[in-house]
Amino acid sequence: MIHKTSPEIGGMGHSIKRKEDLRFIQGKGNYVDDVHLPGMVYGQLVRSPYAHARLKSVNTEKAKALPGVLAVITGEDLAKANLAWMPTLSYDKQMVLATGKVLFQSQEVAFVVAEDRYTAADAAELVEVEYEELPVLVDPHKALDADAPLLREDREQKDNHIFHWEVGDRQATEQVFQKAAVKASVHAFFPRCHPAPLETCGCVADFSRATGRLTVYLTSQAPHAHRTVFALVGGIPENNIRVISPDIGGGFGNKVPVYPGYVCAIVASLTLGVPVKWIETRSENLQSTGFARDYHMTAEIAADRDGKMQALRVKTLADHGAFNAAAQPTKFPAGLFSICTGSYEYPAAFCEVDGVYTNKAPGGIAYRCSFRVTEAAYLIERVVDVLALELKMDPAEVRRKNFIPPEKFPYKSSLGWTYDSGNYEGAMKVALDKIGYQQLRKEQEEKRKKGELMGIGISSFTEIVGAGPAHSFDILGIKMFDSCEIRIHPTGKAMARMGTKSQGQGHETTYAQIVAQELGIPAADVTIEEGDTDTAPYGLGTYASRSTPTSGAATAIAARKIRDKAKKIAAYLLECNEADLEWEPGKFYVKGAASKSKTIQEIAFAAYTNIPPGLEAGLEAVDYYDPPNLTFPFGTYVCVVDIDKGTGEVKVRRFVAVDDCGNIINPMIVEGQIHGGLTEGLAIAFMQQIDYDESGNVQGGSFMDYLLPTAVETPHWETDKTCTPSPHHPFGAKGVGESPNVGSPAAFVNAVVDALSHLGVKHIDMPITPWKVWKVLQEKGVAA
Amino acid sequence: MAKKQSVSVKVNGRDREAAVEPRLLLVHFIREDLQLTGTHIGCDTSHCGACTVVLNGKTVKSCTMFAVQADGGEILTVEGLMSKEGQLHPLQEGFKSEHGLQCGFCTPGMLMSSYALLHNNPKPSEEEIRWGISGNLCRCTGYQNIVGAVQYAADKMAEAKTAEPEMAGGVK
Repeated sequence: MIHKTSPEIGGMGHSIKRKEDLRFIQGKGNYVDDVHLPGMVYGQLVRSPYAHARLKSVNTEKAKALPGVLAVITGEDLAKANLAWMPTLSYDKQMVLATGKVLFQSQEVAFVVAEDRYTAADAAELVEVEYEELPVLVDPHKALDADAPLLREDREQKDNHIFHWEVGDRQATEQVFQKAAVKASVHAFFPRCHPAPLETCGCVADFSRATGRLTVYLTSQAPHAHRTVFALVGGIPENNIRVISPDIGGGFGNKVPVYPGYVCAIVASLTLGVPVKWIETRSENLQSTGFARDYHMTAEIAADRDGKMQALRVKTLADHGAFNAAAQPTKFPAGLFSICTGSYEYPAAFCEVDGVYTNKAPGGIAYRCSFRVTEAAYLIERVVDVLALELKMDPAEVRRKNFIPPEKFPYKSSLGWTYDSGNYEGAMKVALDKIGYQQLRKEQEEKRKKGELMGIGISSFTEIVGAGPAHSFDILGIKMFDSCEIRIHPTGKAMARMGTKSQGQGHETTYAQIVAQELGIPAADVTIEEGDTDTAPYGLGTYASRSTPTSGAATAIAARKIRDKAKKIAAYLLECNEADLEWEPGKFYVKGAASKSKTIQEIAFAAYTNIPPGLEAGLEAVDYYDPPNLTFPFGTYVCVVDIDKGTGEVKVRRFVAVDDCGNIINPMIVEGQIHGGLTEGLAIAFMQQIDYDESGNVQGGSFMDYLLPTAVETPHWETDKTCTPSPHHPFGAKGVGESPNVGSPAAFVNAVVDALSHLGVKHIDMPITPWKVWKVLQEKGVAA
Repeated sequence: MAKKQSVSVKVNGRDREAAVEPRLLLVHFIREDLQLTGTHIGCDTSHCGACTVVLNGKTVKSCTMFAVQADGGEILTVEGLMSKEGQLHPLQEGFKSEHGLQCGFCTPGMLMSSYALLHNNPKPSEEEIRWGISGNLCRCTGYQNIVGAVQYAADKMAEAKTAEPEMAGGVK
C-alpha cells in the first residue's frame, strides 16, 4: 500500500485538480497553430488524386508565377539533396514527395510555400501534375497473388510481402488441435481506423541563418526521438536542432511518426531562411497520416468438453498500406500482438502475422494502444465468446474456468511474455456484481420469449504496456527507457522535466504528485515541463501507456536520489548520524525525538546556503529508467445493448468498466482517461472506419464520412476498480490510458452478437452500423 | 486576389476593425488578425465545433462563415468569458472542477456552446446538455465530465442569479 500524504502535499491517490487546466479554460493554450513568428510563411502540400499512378510530369511554373509564392518544392528537387525518401520507424522507407510514381490517394507530390495560407492554397491548385494510372491493389488478400501489381519497385524484393513473423510452438499447437474435443474459431477483421485527435498534425520550422540553429515546433508525442531522426535524415548536427512540442491537442498515436509535411517545412525553412508553418487540414489528416489496425485475423481455440482451453492458434494478414510506417519497437514487426493469449492459460499457442503492401495510406500506428494490443485483446475476447457458444456455456463461466489464477503470477505465457501481476476473476466479479449479471441474463431470457433483442457482452482483457526493457525494446536502435530530471530550488520549490510529452494525459499534475509523494513537497509547488528538447532529458515520448511505467518510475527514482542527499544534509543540520534519521513525507526527524526534525524545504535551503563539508552544492537528480519488465493492466468490461428490430440500431443501455492499473496517482484523471477511451472504443465498434473503394479512393476522408460520437451517442459510463500493484514498478503502478480503448471493442461486439446469438449469429465485423445489423435481422427473418 | 473589404465587429466588448479579403474565414480573422488563438480549428466541414464562438447571441462555427459576414456584429470568444476583474466564469470553473477537459483543444468551443445553452436554458437536464453540446466533438473526455461541468456551472449561476450582470456577446 502507498502511504497517503496529506491533502496539502497532494501525493499519490489524491484527486487534485489539474494544473494545466487554468490556461486551457481561458483559451491560452499554446498549440502549434497558435505559434506565430515574425516573417513566418505558410506551406501547403499538393496531393495525388490517384491511388497508384506513374508520375509523368510535375509543372510548377504557374504556381511559382503567382504573386506571394516563394517556392514550390517537388520530389525531384528533394532527390537532388537525397531527401526524396525518408526512413520510417519500421526500417522501411517512405517518399517525402513522390518521384516516379504515387502509391496512395492523397500522397504528397509537391510543397508550395507562400506568404499566407490562402495564397499557398491557391498556388497548390496551380501545380500541374500529369499522371498515368496504374492497376490498383486494395484487397490485401490479393497482395501476394502472382498477378498482383508490384507496388514497391524501389525494393530489391519484387513482391508485395513485407514480413512474416511467428511466435509460439506451431507443431505442439497443431497436435493439440488434432485431438481437441471442441474447436471454436472466428474470422475477425479489425477495420482500418484513424485516431483523429481534434488537433491535426503540423509544425513551424524555423531555421535561423544567424545562429545556424533549426527550431521546430511540432505536434510530437516523441520530440527527442524526432530530433534525432531529423539529425540523421537531414544531416543537421543534433545540437543545432531544437524540437519544441508545445500543447498538443490529443495524439492517440497519430503524432508518433515523422510525416512528409514536417520534412517539407524544414527543407523550406532551410532554403528560405524564414519560419515555415505547415498545418494539415482534417481531410489530409485522415487520408494521409498514420492509420491504425487493418488486421484480418483468424483465431481458433481448442478446448476440452468441459470448457478448459488447451490451445490457441492465430493467423493474421496485416495491411500496412504503401509504406511500412508502423510506429513500434523495432524487434516487433507485429507489435505486441502476441499478447493475444489474453487473460487465459493454454498449454500451447501459436501466432503468425504476414504484412503486405496495398495502395493505401502508410501506417499503422498504435491508436490509443500499446502496439497491436487492441487487435489482440479484441480477437481473444471475441473467440472466447464463440467458444462459449460452441460449448453452450455462459461466457463468464468460460472465462472464469480459464483465467490465469492470481497465485501463478508472475506468469510466463505460452507466447513468451511474463505477466507481472493480475487477479482477473477479482475484477470480473466486481464488474458482474455491479451490473447485476444474473438478473440481466434472466431479463434477456424473458425478452427473447417476447421476441425482443437484448445482449450482454463481457470483455476480460489483459494489456501489455510501458515499453520497454532495453534488452528487447528500441526504436531505430534507441532503447525505450525514459527519464526525469528534478531540481529543488533554494526555497524548496521544484522543477521537473521528463522525456515524455503529455497530449492531454495530465502530466503536469500527475508527475507533480509523484514528486510530492516521494519528497513531501506539495504538488502545487512542483512545476512540470516537457516537450522542449533543449531543456528536458532525453526520452522516447508518450504513447503505448508508457509515461507512468517509464518516466513516472524515473520521477520516483530521481526523487529518491534527492531524498538520499537530503538525508545527508539533514544529518549535518541535526548533528546526528544518517542512521538515526526517519523519513515521513516532507521531513526527516531523529528516531525517538520527533521534535528534532528538518523539513525538505529547510534542507533545500541548506543545500544552497549551508552545505555540509564534502558535499556538492545544490539538490537535483536525474534518472534514466530502464523498466525491468512491462506492466500488465487488466480489467473486465460488461456492456448491455438493446437492438431496434425496425432500424437495426444498437443502443448501449449500460456499460460497466472495472479497471486494475495497480496503484493510482490521481483517481480523477484515471477515471477521465477511462471515459475517453471507452468513447473511442464505442466509436471503433460502431462508427469509425477508413475504407477504400476498388479504385483506392478513401471512404472516410473527412468528418462527413468518418463518424465520431457526439455527447448524444455516448452513453453514461459506470466505472470501478480493483488494485493489484505491479511488483516491479517503483510505486506499483501500471499504465492505464489505453485500457478502455483496448478492452471495450470486444465488449460492445460481444453484446451485439449475444443479442443475436440465439438466431445463429456468431460474429459481426466492426463497425457495427445499423445497416449491417438490419441486414442480419432481414436475413434471419426477424426485422420488424 | 479580390479587393479587400472592411469589417467592423465588437469582439469581447472591444471594437475591432480591419480590411480583409472577402474570402477570409471568420476563424482565421479571429485567430490571425485579432490574435485570439483560443478559438481552434479541428476540421474543415463544420463538424467538430472547436471554432465555436457566440455571434449576436447565437453560436456559430467560425470556420464556416466569412469574416465579412460578421460585419457589424458582436462576438464573444473564449477569451471574453473571464470577468474584467479576472474572475473565472462559472463554466470555466466547472470545467476545471469537474475534470471536463484533457487536451484542452475542444474546450473553448465547448465552453462557448455551453455558454449559449445555459443562457437559453439555465437549468438543463443531462439529456438537454448532451444535445446542447452535440455540435462539439471531444476525443478525450467521453463527454461525461463535460456534462458534469455544465451542471456545475448551471448550479453556480442559479445561486448567483440575483447579482448576475448582463451577459456578453450580445446574448439576449
